[in-house]
Amino acid sequence: MTTFLGIPTAPRGVGHLRGDEPFPVAARKALANTQLRRNLGKATTTIRAKRAAVVAELPDWEELRAAGQAIKAHTMRHLDHYLTELETQVTARGGTVHWARDAIEANRIVTGLVRGAGAAEVVKVKSIVTDEIGLNDALAEVGIRAYETDLAELIVQLGKDRPSHILVPAIHRNRAEIRDIFLREMGDVDPGLTDTPAALTEAARLHLRRAFLSARVGISGANFAIAETGTLCVVESEGNGRMCLTLPETLITVMGIEKVIPAWRDLDVFLQLLPRSSTGERMNPYTSMWTGVTPGDGPQAFHLVLLDNGRTAALADETGRQALHCIRCSACLNVCPVYERTGGHAYGSVYPGPIGAVLSPQLTGVEDNASLPYASSLCGACYDACPVKIDIPSLLVHLRARHVEEAGRAHRVPSPEAITMAAAAWVMASPSRWAAAQGAGRLGRVLGRGGRIRRLPWPLSAWTAARDAPQPPAQTFRQWWRAERGDRT
Amino acid sequence: MTAREEVLARIRTALGGTAAPGSDAVPRGYRTRGELDGTVLLDLLAERLRDYGCTVRRAAPGQVMTAVGEALAQRGARRVVVPPGLDLAGLPAGVDATVDDGLSPAALDAVDGVITGAAVAVAETGTIVLDGSPGQGRRALSLVPDYHVCIVRAEQVVALVPEALARLDPGRPLTWISGPSATSDIELDRVQGVHGPRTLEVILVAPEPRQ
Repeated sequence: MTTFLGIPTAPRGVGHLRGDEPFPVAARKALANTQLRRNLGKATTTIRAKRAAVVAELPDWEELRAAGQAIKAHTMRHLDHYLTELETQVTARGGTVHWARDAIEANRIVTGLVRGAGAAEVVKVKSIVTDEIGLNDALAEVGIRAYETDLAELIVQLGKDRPSHILVPAIHRNRAEIRDIFLREMGDVDPGLTDTPAALTEAARLHLRRAFLSARVGISGANFAIAETGTLCVVESEGNGRMCLTLPETLITVMGIEKVIPAWRDLDVFLQLLPRSSTGERMNPYTSMWTGVTPGDGPQAFHLVLLDNGRTAALADETGRQALHCIRCSACLNVCPVYERTGGHAYGSVYPGPIGAVLSPQLTGVEDNASLPYASSLCGACYDACPVKIDIPSLLVHLRARHVEEAGRAHRVPSPEAITMAAAAWVMASPSRWAAAQGAGRLGRVLGRGGRIRRLPWPLSAWTAARDAPQPPAQTFRQWWRAERGDRT
Repeated sequence: MTAREEVLARIRTALGGTAAPGSDAVPRGYRTRGELDGTVLLDLLAERLRDYGCTVRRAAPGQVMTAVGEALAQRGARRVVVPPGLDLAGLPAGVDATVDDGLSPAALDAVDGVITGAAVAVAETGTIVLDGSPGQGRRALSLVPDYHVCIVRAEQVVALVPEALARLDPGRPLTWISGPSATSDIELDRVQGVHGPRTLEVILVAPEPRQ
């Protein structure tokens, strides 16, 4: 499928950018899950408070946000330049750079590299982009076992489940559920395992220790890649990232092309913005940076896979482009009243919440995620929380317009909205038709109670499925004017 | 067309051409120099480290290994690994210190702890950075053992993240450490110690240690 300027979007049938059902249907199921709503409410409230506290500590937070926004906008305008500079630097330091047009090509490159290294298993540090392309499925198809090593990702993987939050992917599971998953799936776990977070964490540590110490290939994503120096950067908390980045002989890093930043000093900005926005910490426990290969320290073979998969299609939309500025902190999820109630699964994509609602439709083409731009009340909290000032509400409106335009072009039969609008225009064009319509509208009073109509007949039922309609007043304004003032003007 | 050529061509189509970046015109009004120094700066670092659950000990320059020895004794750690280039003068005799010469991960997993120096520390964020120079060792060294004693000297401490970046060499493998490893993945309950060292102890070396 192609969008603006004939640039292809992410292909169908591979990876996890599209849901099985539209957002309103999926959201309805999520809202019925009380455990999920309780966990989400607690998680988002806690992280919001932590974030607010550490952001308030910095006197120059707004200056950092402004710089972050400007660096990202500048990078996007010269993306070809910075990617080739990154390639040159990584190559000069002993790394190998691969380019992938889409998920299928990236999966083929990575599986080929793992096989080439003669490995039957790989350790992975949490990476949304490898989930985006469905890498674990591709590895499994050729008989390679992928160990997810982030605790939450491990819970999701063992539970044969999907992540529901960018930062805490297993937020929809409670401790008892996690204990059951570990007992069922780990094989080597103590049957007397309790459900305290400390005991469950210890079980995960022991379970993964052998995999870490014997791993020959590690796979990671990247938070930042610095064009000027060829340096890659991964931020994390548990040390599983350091294990994957340090102990294997071969390291494969998959990154979206939008993750490049121009210069070393740009980390001034992002290493302050990201941890405080994400986990609400002054700094995350571990950040690893490496440049190519260092003799005697860490992997002696390094491969960097640069992935497009719909990103250039997003780049072609001058307004939509800013969704590519995202640094995946998840602050917008935690402040979103819609996300707080539905959770991440309802969005159907690995990128949930407000940023997902503007990013996923651009990567796949709006048609394939058409309900997401509407999955928002446009309250603007996401914009305020975004560390790189992505104007998500305006993007949502922009994508709604694109959806209507593209759907209009694709269909010869006019949509119900188009028919309704045409009818409204005809009625409003004549004072007598308008007066008659208002009079008819008052009949709607019989449907209402207490000033509200909860359910309208089809086709207007589409409106009242998710909202009340106001009960029409007993008299129109014109009737009131005549009664009060007679013919006086 | 190769994938490389095609992706670059798509970018140029999306942007309507290509242009060499001039000045990035980024407004850099954020702080790049801290206002604190001396004891206040070290106190802030110590406070922020403790906030992460680290133990912080102060030592005078001549007393570093004595302080390390005390820390090891309290922990009950006897067999430790150290990087080449770390000055061990003054380390108590009972400590069995192996100098790393490419030990296997399994061997690193079997010791009681590791002692390293550091390159830079950031007071505001409670961060210590290791860059693999002599006395700090390769990355696996400060990762696999469950107990890490890290020696930070006063002159290595800066206030802000930008000051630390300005001192570091991006070409070296860098590990930024802010407290022991941790997770909040289960119901957002913080659990300290997952895969990295579960205990981090910092020896802060300054000319006039406070009692």
